[in-house]
Amino acid sequence: MRVTRNVARWLAVLGVLHGIVACAGFFAPYDPAEQDRKSPYLPPMRVHVVDGQGHFHARPFVYALRLREGAFDQYEEDAAQSYPLRFFVSGMRYRLLGVLPSRLHLFGAEGSRIYLLGTDAYGRDQLSRLVFGGQVSLLAGLLGAGITLSLGLCVGAVAGYYGGWRDDVLMRLAELFLALPWLYLLFAVRAFLPLAVGPLAAFFLIVAVIGTVGWARPARLVRAVVLSAKERDFVRAARGFGATNVYLLWRHILPETGSVLLTQAAILVPQYVLAEMTLSFLGLGVPEPVPSWGNLLSSLQQYSVLVSYWWMYLPALAMVPFFLGYLGLASSLQERGPAYKIGRRGLGSLT
Amino acid sequence: MCCRMLSSLVLLLLLVVGRPADASPQQKNTNQELLVVPGEVGRSGGRLVVSLRGEPKTLNPLIAADARSREVIGVMQADLVHINRATQLTEPALAKSWKVSGDGLEYTLVLRKGLKFSDGQPLDADDVVFTFRVYLDESVHAPQRDLLIVGGKPIVVRKVDAQTVVFQLAKTYGVGERLFDGLAILPRHLLEKPYQEGKLGQIGTLATAANQWAGTGPFRLKEYVAGQRLVLERNPYYWKTDAKGNRLPYVDELVFLFVPNADAQVLKFQSGETDVISQVSAENFSVLSRQPKGYAMTDAGPGLEYNFLFFNLNDAGEKTTPEMQRRQTWFREVKFRQAVSAAVDREAIVRLVYQGRGAAIWGLVAPGNRQWGNEKLAHPPRSLERARTLLKEAGFSWSTGADGESVLQDSDRKPVEFSILTSSTNADRAKMAALIQDDLKQIGMRVQVVPLEFRSLLDRVTQTKEYDACVMGIASFDADPNSDINVWLSSGGTHLWNPSQAHPATAWEGEMDRLIEEQMSARTFEQRKKLYDRAQEILAENQPMIFLASPDILAGAKNSVGNFHPAVLEPYVLWNVEQLYLKSSPENAAR
Repeated sequence: MRVTRNVARWLAVLGVLHGIVACAGFFAPYDPAEQDRKSPYLPPMRVHVVDGQGHFHARPFVYALRLREGAFDQYEEDAAQSYPLRFFVSGMRYRLLGVLPSRLHLFGAEGSRIYLLGTDAYGRDQLSRLVFGGQVSLLAGLLGAGITLSLGLCVGAVAGYYGGWRDDVLMRLAELFLALPWLYLLFAVRAFLPLAVGPLAAFFLIVAVIGTVGWARPARLVRAVVLSAKERDFVRAARGFGATNVYLLWRHILPETGSVLLTQAAILVPQYVLAEMTLSFLGLGVPEPVPSWGNLLSSLQQYSVLVSYWWMYLPALAMVPFFLGYLGLASSLQERGPAYKIGRRGLGSLT
Repeated sequence: MCCRMLSSLVLLLLLVVGRPADASPQQKNTNQELLVVPGEVGRSGGRLVVSLRGEPKTLNPLIAADARSREVIGVMQADLVHINRATQLTEPALAKSWKVSGDGLEYTLVLRKGLKFSDGQPLDADDVVFTFRVYLDESVHAPQRDLLIVGGKPIVVRKVDAQTVVFQLAKTYGVGERLFDGLAILPRHLLEKPYQEGKLGQIGTLATAANQWAGTGPFRLKEYVAGQRLVLERNPYYWKTDAKGNRLPYVDELVFLFVPNADAQVLKFQSGETDVISQVSAENFSVLSRQPKGYAMTDAGPGLEYNFLFFNLNDAGEKTTPEMQRRQTWFREVKFRQAVSAAVDREAIVRLVYQGRGAAIWGLVAPGNRQWGNEKLAHPPRSLERARTLLKEAGFSWSTGADGESVLQDSDRKPVEFSILTSSTNADRAKMAALIQDDLKQIGMRVQVVPLEFRSLLDRVTQTKEYDACVMGIASFDADPNSDINVWLSSGGTHLWNPSQAHPATAWEGEMDRLIEEQMSARTFEQRKKLYDRAQEILAENQPMIFLASPDILAGAKNSVGNFHPAVLEPYVLWNVEQLYLKSSPENAAR
């Protein structure tokens, strides 16, 4: 397979972004669930290099933020007290990539907590929640897309290759799934489950539902590719030499679907991340206090938050580079790929 | 000089001629006994616009069960004796005076002379007797019926003369004349026929023509536009005047806009579409207070709403799963509940949920209630130390979890894990639950918060009883603690931790039942207070409900609205609607 430079570039961007999220414990200064009840809705702290007297400091620092007398969420900088920024500090215990126990964090402030993206209603660090929240949302997107594509590949290959009644049954089933109101399906599934669903169970439930509902479209694409591939000369030749169905599918036909699947994956992942966010936004996702991007945005349902605390919008911005990366990858994959052009659908079609 | 005299004479003439509406025939009637209310004298005219959380279901007090209908009915109807929302004491209303017999069983009420319904028909003792007959008729299913059954028997109502009615009780009743508050006197001339035909449900609906419905409240029906607004107009026969003898209410029209969403109400108030706003959340209060444009916000202090956490103490019998059984053995342990109470950071709840606009509470009687709180009740500050000691005494211990955190375990070495239900539509309570979750994590309890749609939450708590713990809130409708009688009594439907018991499940619940029954027939306030104080102590000791916080009543009004004094009792803002007026200003003159 020839990988063009464009594809490599987008893959590198995505690799870096996913690396940050995967190593959330290192990049996040604090535990995402830890409440600092003295500092609700603290605005992002400003990092200074020049102090009040105009002196330049080589080491960036932040000023202490104090609650204004009698106020709930009005803070002012106290220039008398500054805390220098430190790198590679020891802090909250975590497991790097879920295995390696560590206490090392990229940065922290000496003598005070530092909130570069502000805090939420409970005084939890938005930056930490954002990075850790990405783990849930991105993993849900990746796993969901994985399930969808494997299902789609199996169904599409069987329907396209064998044809006949199998094709009819599977494609009618696909149409049924396309028409399924999946949001309500999830509501229904949720209603049958026990009351208190743990964060892990809730996560896998979401992944399972968004993964199994979306297989119809990729299945149809794969079927189309398989239909045309199985009539090609080299396939006919192989069959003439006595190749079995399984061998033909595995050796000659399925490789033809590779670029379709890759492009689909690049489109589906951000779409499913968005789906996870929608569910969490509606309170169907992972429960508090586990962060996910949808959970982070759900506080924006309140008018008072909407007009008072601009930094609560930041999680929405954070996903832009991710989506850009995936869509960039999808379009460069399409440019390079063979003649199978896939009609690109809008991102929002699932939500 | 002469010129000035002449002009003032012209002015006087103009005034006399220009106000024909005030010179209604009733005012000349000297044998009318109007109630003179103290307070700032206002200015007549104008229109007051208020938002209402959705459409009222009905205007008929016999059917109304929802808060929105009751709010509208509150300004269209009047009662015999009324509780002043500001002083929280009773005062004469349609009845100008009342007498209680020596044994406390007989109330004699004397009506004002010359009372009229809003359609001009006179009101006398026959209307009162008719009203109570309808309320007490079982086939009508009026929500008021339960209130009128005292000592197991309905109240007997007897007419003495056109102005005097006697109410006979089977047993002395602690609340006394507060009983009459909110019981609207219905127009017999409009209701008698439908009542006999069994069609009471079809009258007083929103579709009823304005001339087919009447009340004795300050406003009467003018127009209803489905889905948009309900327009009420001034009742010219209203029985109150201000200190200068001007007939109330001041404003000509009262408009209820149907705005179902709290945030939308804030936007409407901010843009000046509505004149007053009530039941504002603390967050929206601070948004509105930031840059007030032509309006002012008022914090009336903590109200009668109390929020609490409770555990499932029901005995579900064989239906109970072993899992549930184990959890319930923790919940039934008093020290476990006391430990949870000690671990909860109430101060943080007040600060983070209510932005400081509320009060931490340790008992069922909310701080907005001026008379009934037990001052001796302890207000222990948060102490994780104490929580740990209590848990240790109850046989719990701690182990170290996978990530080095401490995990509380019971005597069988099973980790303590449970879930807390909250209403998914109430952001305040969801926040409380999230704070409690974090509080309890610090003593090693693993708690999960489950937001649930309110209906299904209520169903789980009162019907299926499948839950561990729940955060809920109740807003008492009156300052008298008897309004929460169903929370106090073990047989009550809102005795939430174990509702509608046939026999009290525990000794202390039995003791509480006895105290409450006893105060029901106590005659003096002091006696009742003493009994209630003891009941509050029992509750605080046993912690079936872990009381959390009580929010302030927050409201706002345009600067042009006069006599705006929000109270902590419902209806927070419209309780003195007849006295609200619009100050003269160029802006108002233009309307």
